[in-house]
Amino acid sequence: MTVRSRQIMALGSAAALGLLLVWGVMRLPDFGAYPESYGDMLNAAAVAERHVTNIPSAVNFDYRAFDTLGEEFMLFVAVAGLAVLFREQRGQSDRKNLSVVQVSEAVRWMGSGLIGFTVLFGMMIVLHGSLTPGGGFQGGLILAMAVLLIYLIRGDEAFERVSRRAFVEALEASGAGAYILIGLAMLAAGGMFLENLLPIGRLREVYSGGTIFLINLATGVEVSAAFVLLFAEFLEESRKPSSER
Amino acid sequence: MTVIQVVVFVLVAVCGTAVVLMREPYRQTFLLSLYGLLLSMLFVILAAPDVALSVIVVGAALPLMILTALRIVGKHST
Amino acid sequence: MNVLPYAIAVWLFLAGLYGVATSRNLIHLIVCLSVAQSSTYILLIAIGYRQGAGAPIFMYVPIGTPAVDPVVQALALTDVVVSAAMTALLLAVAVRIYKQTGTLDPQKLRPLRS
Repeated sequence: MTVRSRQIMALGSAAALGLLLVWGVMRLPDFGAYPESYGDMLNAAAVAERHVTNIPSAVNFDYRAFDTLGEEFMLFVAVAGLAVLFREQRGQSDRKNLSVVQVSEAVRWMGSGLIGFTVLFGMMIVLHGSLTPGGGFQGGLILAMAVLLIYLIRGDEAFERVSRRAFVEALEASGAGAYILIGLAMLAAGGMFLENLLPIGRLREVYSGGTIFLINLATGVEVSAAFVLLFAEFLEESRKPSSER
Repeated sequence: MTVIQVVVFVLVAVCGTAVVLMREPYRQTFLLSLYGLLLSMLFVILAAPDVALSVIVVGAALPLMILTALRIVGKHST
Repeated sequence: MNVLPYAIAVWLFLAGLYGVATSRNLIHLIVCLSVAQSSTYILLIAIGYRQGAGAPIFMYVPIGTPAVDPVVQALALTDVVVSAAMTALLLAVAVRIYKQTGTLDPQKLRPLRS
């Protein structure tokens, strides 16, 4: 098939899809005039039922916890797939070409100052997931960024020391495993898989929401380790001499 | 709709289109980061702070991966 | 003016698809795909928005304050995570393709032969 005919085909199907989307969107409620819904019931019920104040967090880690389990494992599998793709061509202990980058004093001092703040901020976002905006995913990514700051100010060698592969992999797996274990524990306690049977704590305090708090922590651990691993794999791949192919 | 909502919606649309139309991958990466920032502004305005926070952290993390990937493929990237 | 958010979601989706279809560089293509995916966040959040209502977070406001729909926000959160994981994996695939074939141009790639 020639490039030209392929482009015509793409244009035609895009036009058809566009019409379909416009037709679908026309039946939606007007912007800003959302009707009474399931969400309103949740807004009213979740605070009383679970003692959490961040309702999207409650939806993700409690009412839809099973879906979020699937989402967590999608991230887990993506990291595993990426590691397989990159590691197939290199030995496990390929640690050549470690470089100590020269960075300016300004970057080094700013970066060093920011690491502490970033770690603290990430932990705050994870721990307050059931109270204020944020949660395991956002906070976990901020924590991964703190590890990446070490790469920025000290280069490859320091980054490799901080992100020892076996340790980060174990951390990621234990985060993902903890999610399932919480679900199984609820099953063993006589409830359903991932049903919230723990004491729900006091409203507007850090420990509140029962399993929501714990799943939040597990997600934070998993996401931060997963993204550190993603960065580590990409950086390791970029250090390989390009003549290998 | 308030004026500020219209303005931010239009900015998001313009920036998203610019990301697609920019053919030079390095510049596109920086536009993508800006697009993430604009999206997070939009979600703050639309009362979705959770989504805004995750869009902004993803908008910081993904360009780094793209830049590393571009470094791996080297000068052939254009 | 009330259809503007939906129109922008449709527009961004189609623009992203246009980028995917015409791209000559796999990394550029992956970024275009993430733009197309971002249109779904806009659609989800725009559907659940209610003019004048606050965020569905009751830390500092009394319970019962009018709030927007939390369910679509939770869906959008899942969407963001999936998008990030998928983009990272696709980037790795693009890098591997480059290492094996020496090109990132999808039109120069031949079909797979075993």
